[in-house]
Amino acid sequence: MRKLSIGKIFIAATLALGAPLSNAQTQSAAVAQSAAPDALVKSLSNDVLDAIRKDKSLQGGDIAKLQKLVDEKILPYVNFEKMTQLAVGRGWRQASPDQRAALTREFRTLLVRTYSGAVSQVRDHQVQLRPMRAQPGDSDVVVRTNVVAERGEPIQLDYRLEKSDAGWKIYDVNILGVWLVENYKNSFASEINQNGIDGLIKSLTERNRQLDSGKKA
Amino acid sequence: MKSVIGFASVRTRLVVAASGFALATGCAVIPPDSGTSPIDPLETYNRHVFEFNERADRYVLKPVAEGYTNVVPEPIRNCVGNIFGNLADVGNALNNLLQAKPADAASDLCRVAINSTIGVLGCFDVARKMGLAKSTEDFGQTFGRWGVGPGPYFVLPLLGPSTIRDTFGRAADVYADPVHYVADDAAQLGGQSLRVVDTRAQLLQAGKLLEGAALDKYRFVRDAYLQRRRNLVYDGNPPRDRESDEEDAADKTAGKPDGVESKTKPAEQKDEPVPDQPKPSPER
Repeated sequence: MRKLSIGKIFIAATLALGAPLSNAQTQSAAVAQSAAPDALVKSLSNDVLDAIRKDKSLQGGDIAKLQKLVDEKILPYVNFEKMTQLAVGRGWRQASPDQRAALTREFRTLLVRTYSGAVSQVRDHQVQLRPMRAQPGDSDVVVRTNVVAERGEPIQLDYRLEKSDAGWKIYDVNILGVWLVENYKNSFASEINQNGIDGLIKSLTERNRQLDSGKKA
Repeated sequence: MKSVIGFASVRTRLVVAASGFALATGCAVIPPDSGTSPIDPLETYNRHVFEFNERADRYVLKPVAEGYTNVVPEPIRNCVGNIFGNLADVGNALNNLLQAKPADAASDLCRVAINSTIGVLGCFDVARKMGLAKSTEDFGQTFGRWGVGPGPYFVLPLLGPSTIRDTFGRAADVYADPVHYVADDAAQLGGQSLRVVDTRAQLLQAGKLLEGAALDKYRFVRDAYLQRRRNLVYDGNPPRDRESDEEDAADKTAGKPDGVESKTKPAEQKDEPVPDQPKPSPER
């Protein structure tokens, strides 16, 4: 069934995103500044995998801990504002700074809440880098990895990174051929067409509230 | 499959199907801009079928899959999944061959040979540990590689997302499926059903995630499906959507008349692979 492939998208999703998405300035200075993008991705992935493997409560689905893990380990390396900007598309230009901040915040929360559940699914996955097709001077690269588990085919997991003053930052993730930003673009555009940017912010906020209450229940 | 469901008369089946469909179609919420996207001209029809599928899933398939997961121990479920995976490798080999990828076809056949013998009829995926990775191929991808564009997005009742090309692909896949050739109708039905339940069971967690992640589940599934298929046709290396990138860059600096629609059009055109494309990269 075709559904199988879409399913794997989400099982693997958190290894990449877990819940990272912010413009936070804090980061381990030396590592981020000098690391090549593929080395960065590999060490990040292994960090997250190790942390999950060692901690049973994370595997059990402790949401607060999962979010904390992602905040600490992945957040500093993701440019979430750019991610939101790309997903929102044309509407971004028309959005006020307040609206932009709200969109960024709500989208981040949505992704964190949604995908941190998938982190708990990690068992004995391994991350392998695939050859990177980039020139040394590039400031925008795609890092390709495979996530190998006990069953099923290897899960393709790619990242788009952009070089900034603060080092390389992830701004898009591809799982099994599906780029996250692209996947949200149509939904966001449709929402903006019907209800405007405030309508989109409202939908996201509402969805986050639902997810929140769902978890507390 | 004709003889398999011969237990109910044609009239009964039609009545059941019609009422089921009627129950579901009355409840799909169609947004005002439905059908305006060039990648999904059949959106209104698709949304109805999607809604029907969602209900069938919620009330029938998902509970069965959850029951299966609760009752059957994990090692046995893994074994079942691997056995079906092994049977699928036959189709994978055939499609790899039809796509002029003899190395991958040979690898798939080796997998079948090794897993069927050492792996005890496919129960254990021994071949993977030996370094033979699993392929994911089907006739929809083969047609794609031969130059057939996907055509409009098209949701199949019960079977889920598809495109016009992939629907023909599915029809062809039936003939490459070993389970199809099982002589005993009851056994064949049992095999098909078990496979469906096993697949759904593997996706239970993913399904929960999907509920949360998507603002509009129909669109999210559609876009993910279309991206995923394009990726599969190109074996993980689809041509980068250059026109979309240029539009992103232009968006940042100047005004642009078109929005989402012009971004999806180039993707649609690029879906027709040039027959003399370079061989897929060896990193499968």
